[in-house]
Amino acid sequence: MIPGGYGLPPSSKILKKDRLPSFLERLLEERIVFAPVRRGEVILIREIHAPSEVVLEYENAKESPKSIFFPEREPLFRYRTEKGKVEVDIPPGRERSRVVFGIRPCDARGLLLLDKVLGGEYRDPYYFDKRAETLVVSLACDHPNPSCFCLSMGGGPCSPEGSDLLLLDLSDGYLAEAVSERGAALLEDPAFEKSDEESLAVAKKIKRESEVSMKPVAMKENLEEHLERVFDDPVWKDLTETCLGCGICTYLCPTCYCFDLCDEAAGSSGERIRVWDSCQFPLFTQQASGLNPRPTAKERFRQRIMHKFSYLPKSQAMLGCVGCGRCVTECPVNLDIREVVKSLSGGNGG
Amino acid sequence: MMENPYVPFPMRIEEIITETEDDIIKTFELSFVRKEEEEQFVYTPGQFAEISVFGQGEAPFGMASTPTQPGRLAFSVSKIGVVTGALHRMEKGDVVGVRGPLGNGYPLEAFKGRNLVLVGGGFGFSTLRCLTNFILHDSNRKDYGALTVVYGARAPGLLLYKKDLEDWRKRGDLQVHLTVDKDEKGWQGHVGLVPDVTRSVAPDPRNAYAVVCGPPAMIRFTLPVLKELGFGDEKIFLSLEMRMKCGIGKCGRCNVGSKYVCTDGPVFSRAELAGLTAEEHV
Ligand SMILES: Cc1cc2nc3c(=O)[nH]c(=O)nc-3n(C[C@H](O)[C@H](O)[C@H](O)COP(=O)(O)OP(=O)(O)OC[C@H]3O[C@@H](n4cnc5c(N)ncnc54)[C@H](O)[C@@H]3O)c2cc1C
Ligand code: SF4
Ligand code: SF4
Ligand code: FES
Repeated sequence: MIPGGYGLPPSSKILKKDRLPSFLERLLEERIVFAPVRRGEVILIREIHAPSEVVLEYENAKESPKSIFFPEREPLFRYRTEKGKVEVDIPPGRERSRVVFGIRPCDARGLLLLDKVLGGEYRDPYYFDKRAETLVVSLACDHPNPSCFCLSMGGGPCSPEGSDLLLLDLSDGYLAEAVSERGAALLEDPAFEKSDEESLAVAKKIKRESEVSMKPVAMKENLEEHLERVFDDPVWKDLTETCLGCGICTYLCPTCYCFDLCDEAAGSSGERIRVWDSCQFPLFTQQASGLNPRPTAKERFRQRIMHKFSYLPKSQAMLGCVGCGRCVTECPVNLDIREVVKSLSGGNGG
Repeated sequence: MMENPYVPFPMRIEEIITETEDDIIKTFELSFVRKEEEEQFVYTPGQFAEISVFGQGEAPFGMASTPTQPGRLAFSVSKIGVVTGALHRMEKGDVVGVRGPLGNGYPLEAFKGRNLVLVGGGFGFSTLRCLTNFILHDSNRKDYGALTVVYGARAPGLLLYKKDLEDWRKRGDLQVHLTVDKDEKGWQGHVGLVPDVTRSVAPDPRNAYAVVCGPPAMIRFTLPVLKELGFGDEKIFLSLEMRMKCGIGKCGRCNVGSKYVCTDGPVFSRAELAGLTAEEHV
């Protein structure tokens, strides 16, 4: 980040902790602000109305922030029918811009995968509408959890990917690095002050220590090809024996995006709704002919792994896992995706 | 394609034809309500569309009409669940929503100058009807070689498109082989299974392509026969049916290995499918 090893990157500044509230105040004047808040025992990313609600001393939010861009339930259009007629109304885009403040780098990076799958030939207007008017300010991890493995997935605890602005806790303040032009514009706020050599050196050290503290996941090179070779390996059966098919892993995952479309009708009018769905559910692929290509938990779990570690790398050149560790900590039967990948990496088949 | 790929446009039901004696399959002929969509809806045989019955939801159906007859779309719908059931209850003049055309369609360029055998059954025959009528059109017939159609149903009363079958029978430029499981009085076609009829009537595999579309069991038993006849994997095309929702490669539902049936398919060569690591899909 420091060109030629000297001088200051023009795009980094310091935000002293005592000035954070005033910065958030100003953000709140202009934007809808989402940030980590405490709800009972857990941290969630929610809309805030006052800076005092924000909790930045946290590991990671229970849920991923994907719902801010890709809600769990989202009306796509409203319709009204009459005999021989139908009218369709698309909900208007947002009027106020938004900012997601203080999410973790893995979750910010997860948005890049959603950008890929929801973009392309049939660009998803609902997602990109929210994405376009929402800034992402993330907070680097100086002490990653034991369940985190972002580094092995191509990201890192201080990775700027997917963020507009990246904050790093230097104890009395944050080093704020602009990653995009929109992020650089935020640094114009009077709460920020110039950064100095010393803070940059401290930041570098924190980053390095944070990365070093992470345990790498033993993963075979060319995993996407290797997984195809072990597709029929009996190891899948052992690996997935305990899976309950509850789908928690997919709901909490920042990169899972499978959905269902359904109509909610009230008389002659109603809405078409998009709702999250999960490849872990048996009906997901049940066909009219009675055939179901994924009849048991084994095939469904395998689909999840294949999708994330083979199909997406092939089709989108990106892994479908950012290593946030949620599925590791929240699975009711402690199925650890790192262990799964490790076992499969050791499997035979080439 | 429309700017918002989730929003259907309206089409009016002009005609409803009950195709089968058990009333399970009806063909819906639809007309465009708006000129703009009529102009934008340019399709190839083998493509499909998502049809909305507002309040009930959406389901994918292959186009049974032919692009050579503009202004109308036809879909043959087998009554099986919520959306298909609701469609069956609709009447002439009612309006449905349509999104499409979706998917890739049959590889017409590759088929040009070649002999073709089309093997179908069930509602899967809808897109083969589309392909047949497309090829038979005056402006296209000369581009293709000999055409053989093998079409089977359990009983004569379950065959679709009786008028087309009659018209085709009268023509000299294609061979139609109809087959049923059990003989019935007055039946003049074959009796027996589609794969067996295919074995006896398929053209020489050199310079020929085979297209298979129908229920999974029919596909499963027809493929080895085609192989036996000498059709290489790259000369066999099949149209796959997978559970679908979005039809645009987003909802994550319809993949066969790393391919999505809705956007990469529904038509694949057997060679393409053999190259995929996936669950059994037919
Ligand atoms: C590319 C493509 C082309 C098709 N073309 C035709 C056609 O020309 N004519 C025709 O009659 N049918 C066709 N189908 C099948 C048709 O889409 C399903 O029968 C329909 O979606 C069932 O909807 P439903 O709401 O009535 O059923 P539901 O009430 O949702 O379910 C009834 C049963 O059908 C299964 N099912 C639901 N949706 C689908 C689906 N999309 N695909 C397969 N099984 C499903 C369910 O698991 C359940 O077993 C096609 C499917 C695809 C993918
Ligand atoms: S959370 Fe665990 S038990 Fe539930 S579906 Fe995922 S792997 Fe299976
Ligand atoms: S698969 Fe698990 S660890 Fe990877 S991004 Fe999803 S929830 Fe996080
Ligand atoms: S139907 Fe949604 S991805 Fe194919």
